[in-house]
Amino acid sequence: MNATLAVEHAPVTREQWLPRIEALHAAGARLLTLWASDERDHGEGDLLRAAFLQPGGVVIVELALPDGAAPYPRIDELFPAAARLQRALRDLSGVQAEGGDRRPWIRHGAWSDGDAPLRRDFRGGTPDPTPYGFVRVRGDGVHEIAVGPVHAGTIEPGHFRFSVVGEKVLRLEQRLGYVHKGIERRFTELAPAAARRLAARVSGDSAVAFAWAFCLAEEHIRGVSVPPRATFLRALLLERERIANHLGDLGALGNDAGFGVGLAQFMRLKEDLLRVNAQVFGARYPMDAVVTGGVAIELTPAGAALLQQQFSVLAGETERLRAIYDDHAGMQDRFLGCGKVPGELARRLGVTGLVARASGIARDLRVDLPLPPYDALAVRCASAAGGDVAARVAVRFDELAESLRLGGELLRRLPPGEVCAPAQAPAPGGFGVGLVEGWRGPVFVALETATDGSIRRCHPHDPSWHNWPALEHAIIGDIVPDFPLINKSFNLSYSGVDL
Amino acid sequence: MLDILKQIARVGIVAGRRQAEAAPGDAAADPELRAVGRAPCMRHVDAGSCNGCELEIHALGNVYYNIEASGMKFVASPRHADLLLVSGPVSRHMREALLRTHDATPAPKRVVAVGDCAIDGGIFDAGYASCGGVADVIAVDATASGCPPAPEAIIAAIERALES
Repeated sequence: MNATLAVEHAPVTREQWLPRIEALHAAGARLLTLWASDERDHGEGDLLRAAFLQPGGVVIVELALPDGAAPYPRIDELFPAAARLQRALRDLSGVQAEGGDRRPWIRHGAWSDGDAPLRRDFRGGTPDPTPYGFVRVRGDGVHEIAVGPVHAGTIEPGHFRFSVVGEKVLRLEQRLGYVHKGIERRFTELAPAAARRLAARVSGDSAVAFAWAFCLAEEHIRGVSVPPRATFLRALLLERERIANHLGDLGALGNDAGFGVGLAQFMRLKEDLLRVNAQVFGARYPMDAVVTGGVAIELTPAGAALLQQQFSVLAGETERLRAIYDDHAGMQDRFLGCGKVPGELARRLGVTGLVARASGIARDLRVDLPLPPYDALAVRCASAAGGDVAARVAVRFDELAESLRLGGELLRRLPPGEVCAPAQAPAPGGFGVGLVEGWRGPVFVALETATDGSIRRCHPHDPSWHNWPALEHAIIGDIVPDFPLINKSFNLSYSGVDL
Repeated sequence: MLDILKQIARVGIVAGRRQAEAAPGDAAADPELRAVGRAPCMRHVDAGSCNGCELEIHALGNVYYNIEASGMKFVASPRHADLLLVSGPVSRHMREALLRTHDATPAPKRVVAVGDCAIDGGIFDAGYASCGGVADVIAVDATASGCPPAPEAIIAAIERALES
């Protein structure tokens, strides 16, 4: 897949499953994701996989579950983020954990409990009208505020159930799954090139990260080695995706704290970035620029000069705006101490990516497991200790500055040569994974192809899975009007987790 | 404060922005809609989008497109809206919310399908979890194609919907 990412497969028996995962937990490994594949066409049942990130690379613990096997031992007591993954696993693959929350997560009623859309024999489900059981908070003066799925602004749909006393939030319960559109099953219906386009649309704001992760998995299976120039151009696209999202978020965060000038200024800079993308890469959002073997774009010297100039303009502009944000008492008053996720809680919940870095967990794949070209770039990992909105703003500013520096560095060191490996005969089939630090955090794709080159299973995983539960904690004790600000400071994906 | 004013003065008025159209929607076929002119109150509904189209809908408000200068604005309730901007294939889980939002929007109302998925389901297609395009669920007056569609294409589709 690449020069640095080591992937270890660890098949275990039912008895070894939990001890193996406990050992990983004790060693400080982080849960990446949990998924299952239907192997009944091979005369087996389901193959359950749990992927973990450890210092040297990725380890995938694999448990075969024959048809009719007893529920597998739950792992959410070790890795709390697994709680929703376990529920989704039952909703989609029909694989049940032992104990835990029995409510559906992804399934709303378009199909019934027991219909498993990711089984190969699934032919559409029976609607199930059972209402969802929200947790009720009782007590004097407690009332509920139900928000969504359609929100007041231009954001993705989801439901938030606040239990409040006056304005103070006692509890937030999230209900997601509204934009579930059957992505994992859809992968198996598409040829690899179309599947790569689908991967770029798992979460459209992270198109480059998902497409790159998908391509890494596919390139591993097909034994394709990506030319150095292409890896640099991929990184250039990924950093521009990070810059675009951070610019948008910083503007929106200013706006949510009542500073409209911030929104106008940052949205102007984001638009400038998109216009240069259109000029240089042929699309404001180059969603399909990363392709198997390399990239589908070329960079002319004139294009490179334009990008270089823009990186330096943006560096100056954002530095000035940062000084304004930092000195603005009204904004700092809203940011500081708001939506706090202390480091200890973040570690316990397994929070990841940008949100983790703002709670003092300085982990970034570009530093920890750098794939080319990051191995040659000495990326500086941003981090802040506060765990509040202010810290998430600070991390965005730091990462913005670092991405602008990296962009310049990538252009200065851009190697000559091909931008895409020559097309190859279809691979004999196999299994591969891709792991990329997108702007929210680690984006993971596991891909399995059949001997005819078709996709047997593709599991894309967005880092938002690990951070949504932390948002429920971050709002506790704050007031309802602070929720939009706190939510924006996380800016998590709905589409990426609803799938 | 001085830094803020300096920054505003330094950037100045960004060129290239849209000019407000003079004709107040005489072209609208529906006489009641003529009062809206080219200044509709709009509500966005993400019915299953990947979030790509939302990025371009956000851009409508930036200083370059500045739709509010020509009277177009987003409102926080469908009851205040003349027009719905709907993105994404319609997921089965969002179908009811979309129908309810559409019902809550007072007549005369217009619907714009934003993006390739909203037009026909796009790469997601119709399946066990997706109903396909917006027109498979509610009547659509105009479409903006693209993945995601550029802000100009969205504005043009809004204007076409108002004239329909």
